[in-house]
Order: sequence, then C-alpha cells, then structure tokens
Amino acid sequence: MSANLAALLYLVAGALFIMALRGLSSPASSRQGNMFGMVGMTIAVLTTLALAKPVGVLPWLLIVGGLGIGAVIGGITAKRIPMTAMPQLVAAFHSLVGLAAVFVAAAAYYAPDAFGIATDGVIHAQSRIEMALGAAIGAITFTGSVIAFLKLDGRMSGSPILLPGRHVINIALGLALLAAIVMFFQTPAEIWFWAIVVISFILGFLLIVPIGGADMPVVVSMLNSYSGWAAAGIGFTLANTALIITGALVGSSGAILSYIMCKGMNRSFFSVILGGFGGESAGPAAKGESKPVKQGSADDAAFMMKNAETVIIVPGYGMAVAQAQHALREMADHLKKSGVTVKYAIHPVAGRMPGHMNVLLAEANVPYDEVFELEDINSEFAQADIAFVIGANDVTNPAAKEDPASPIYGMPVLEVWKAKTVMFIKRGMSSGYAGIDNGLFWRDNTLMLFGDAKKMTEEINKAMG
Amino acid sequence: MEQLAHSIDPFISLLGIFVLAVFVGYYVVWNVTPALHTPLMSVTNAISSVIVVGALLAVGAGAIASGSTLAMIFGFIALVLASINIFGGFMVTSRMLAMYKKKEK
Repeated sequence: MSANLAALLYLVAGALFIMALRGLSSPASSRQGNMFGMVGMTIAVLTTLALAKPVGVLPWLLIVGGLGIGAVIGGITAKRIPMTAMPQLVAAFHSLVGLAAVFVAAAAYYAPDAFGIATDGVIHAQSRIEMALGAAIGAITFTGSVIAFLKLDGRMSGSPILLPGRHVINIALGLALLAAIVMFFQTPAEIWFWAIVVISFILGFLLIVPIGGADMPVVVSMLNSYSGWAAAGIGFTLANTALIITGALVGSSGAILSYIMCKGMNRSFFSVILGGFGGESAGPAAKGESKPVKQGSADDAAFMMKNAETVIIVPGYGMAVAQAQHALREMADHLKKSGVTVKYAIHPVAGRMPGHMNVLLAEANVPYDEVFELEDINSEFAQADIAFVIGANDVTNPAAKEDPASPIYGMPVLEVWKAKTVMFIKRGMSSGYAGIDNGLFWRDNTLMLFGDAKKMTEEINKAMG
Repeated sequence: MEQLAHSIDPFISLLGIFVLAVFVGYYVVWNVTPALHTPLMSVTNAISSVIVVGALLAVGAGAIASGSTLAMIFGFIALVLASINIFGGFMVTSRMLAMYKKKEK
C-alpha cells in the first residue's frame, strides 16, 4: 500500500471518529455514531497492517495474540461491568490509554527506524520533543487514573490525602520533568527517556491523591482530556493523522467536560486540581442543629405521592450506591398508573462522572424524555407538588442561593424547596460532601424518610401496590 | 518562491490538522447532549486507543527493521492494553446506548 493511500485512509478513520462523537448529540443517532467509530478503528488497524506488513510468523502471532487477549479481556469486562461501576471502569480505561502511550513512545525510542523518525539511528530533534511529551502525558494519565480508579472503586479512601508541602513537591517535580525533557532533546540518551517516564508517574500519583471523592467528575474528565493529548503527542511522532485528529477530539472533549463539571460545582478548575476540598476537615463543620425534623414513613410518602399531580425525582450519588434505580422506576410506574406526572431532574455533577445518573436511569428503563437537565427543569419545581430527593444533598441546598457565607454559595442548585413538599431519603442526618448542613431538612414542608435508598423505595412501592 | 512552497515542513501540515481538529472537537462536543456524557467518555476512550497503530508498527515492522527485541516487547504490551480499550470501550458504549429508550406511546 502506498504511503499516500494510507494517509488518506487514516484521514477517513479520523473523519469517522468525528462522526462517532457527532452521533452523540441525540440518543437516537448515537448507536449509529458508535458504529462509525468501530468502522474507523477497523480501517486504522487494517491500514497499518497493510502499510507496514509484518514479516514472519512471530510478529503475526504477536499481533493476533495481542488483539485476541485484548478482545477477551475487554469484551468480558464490558459485558459484566455493572452500570453503577461505570466511573471506575472509565478511569481504568484511561489508565490503559496512558500506559499504552508510554509503551508506544518507548518502542519508538528503541526502534526509531521502524517509525521513520531517525536518520542513521539518531532520532530527529523534533520527534524527541513529541515523543517526550507523549510519554510524559501518558505516564501522568496512567498513575493519575489508577489513583482515580482506586478511589472510585472504594479500594482507597475517597477523602483527600494531603501531604505536607505537596505544592512545593509538585512544582519541584514539574521543573525536574521539564529539565529531563530538555536534556532528552539535547541528547536522546536512555536515562533521560526513563527519567521523564518515572518523574511523570510520580507526578500523576501526587496530582490526584489530594483530590476528594466528589470532585472525581472533574478528575475523570480531566484524565480523559490528558489521554487525548498523550495520543496526539504520539500521533505527531508517527505523523499519523488518525491519531492526531483523535487526540485533538478527545483532548477537547475532556476539557469541555471538565469545564462543565467545574461550573456545576461553581469551582475554578485550579481549586479542584489543587485539591483538599471536602472530606471531614474542610468547610465550616456542620452545626448538627438539634431542632426537630419531620420524619415520615414509607406509607406517608406513598399516600402523599399518589395524591399529587406532579412529582419531580432528584437522584444523586446515594441512589447509585444503593442501586436503587430499578426500585425507583417501579415507583414511578405506580405513580403514572395513578395519573401522576413524573419527571426526573439531574444536576450536572450528580454522581461520580458526567452523565452518571442518566446512564443508571436508562439502565432501569426510564425513558430519556422524562429526564431533564437542571436548567430545563428548575422553573418547574414551583408548580410541582412533591420533590422526591433520593441520595442527593448538596445539589439541593438553598444555602447556595441564599447564604453568601456558605462554601457552596453560587453553585447552581436544583430548587426543590419551591415544591409544595420535599421528601428526602437519607440514611441519617449526616451532611453531604461539602460538609455543611442542608437547611431544608428542618423546614416545615420537608419530610425526611430515613433508611437505605433502595429499601425505602421498595417499601414505598409496597405501600402503593 | 516555488522552492519555498515545496519546502514546508510536514510537521506544519500536521499541526494544521491538529488545530482544526481541536476546533471541530470543541463544536461537536458542545453539541453532545448531557444525558450522553458517560457514553461520550467511554467512546472517546475507545477511539483514543487508535494509538494501537503505533503498537502495531512496533510489533510488526519494528522488530524486523532495527532488530530491537525491546521495541517488540513494548509494542506487544501496548497492543494488548490498547486492544482491551478498543473492544471494551466500544462494547460498553453500545451496551449503554442500547439502554436509552424513548417513552412507549
């Protein structure tokens, strides 16, 4: 295959990847978009095999074996993973892209001729920079994503871990990384290549460790972006347009998602990255007011909702933890049978990754045209009879609107308090992630339903049945 | 002048493609409905595994051209990692997308 034809086919693959993302503008076109993505990937792989035909049995064995191993592991994971575990799966996938970028850069370093980036065995200066950047970003993505995975999977405490003097350490490491890249640019010695990789590994680890659990939507999006830039860096090394286009798409996609998530929390990107927010120590500690709250039973809730005209359901991370989405949809079915209008309201940062709640509701067969984003539904709470909050807290806190002293002041919130009655399913009176009280709990029109989100919803269903 | 036109570094055209793709990405991603942000992440994950082309070069031709076994090993590891991502990413995305349904009329 001629290099020109190959370049054109890579361009086609890149265009198909653009179409794959374009398809996601609506659920109806999304499945076709995913097909475009798969076709693009197939074209890219076949073109590469045709362009640089592997010679001999061993390379073919390795290629078929490698693809096969990947297909089995990837396929089984994709089939078995529960939807609630999607954030950690995505984090794990990011780590793989990062590590693959490191290994491709390493392979290119040891066999530069095969990649056409060397003359007489000396790697071109420009390629050294591209390779160094690809490896560095890839390595940061790898360790950062591993930490994100461990935190999301609950194998590591979700609260921020703050090392003393971490900013100084990070700045020092950043400078060391820069120095190593400059050294590698001047003399492409092995030691500098691996120095870049090792420093980046440490840096990725240190960058994510201080970030708390509920800031994970930003972190996961940011790592998504990094994995894209790493791919683009390698794309320049290989002069491969498919990789460059993809890297740019993924890089900007992750950056936009990070931006949307930060806006949803009313926090600057830098304050998230600097870490240390949330957990037990941050924010003015919840006062734990001793005023009585109005507590209700499942029967009360069932009775009130059945007699309502409109119920807006507000799901949060607690619903995901309790796996309550199926019970919740059953409840909505009961209500609809009684002629109640049911809608769902999703806060942009509900859950642990962008769109987390939407996927869980979709899994429970909730039609997507009943699910609304914050700005589309906020005006409807005033007309709603009941706002049913299940596993969410901070995103409904009126302090964000009313109390300039509150740490979450200015954050966009779902104005559930405008509904005639607000119901909260909660395990107890503990504060949310921001560590502050939610004044709603003590209001007269609030009914607290204490218990596990799933069990309580099931009891409500029984009472409605 | 003509010679100048011919001597443009290929890097510049790649950079041009890169910059344009960033813009395309920017506009396409803003158009993605927030309901599909999770599938967006998993599919971007899958497509960024197109880095597999680098792994294939290393495993395939790489080892022959320069005889570096190390490059071949690294290439193979990268190939496995990227393949997990390709198959896992696309499959989990289509599994998710299959769940998004409209109201039955």
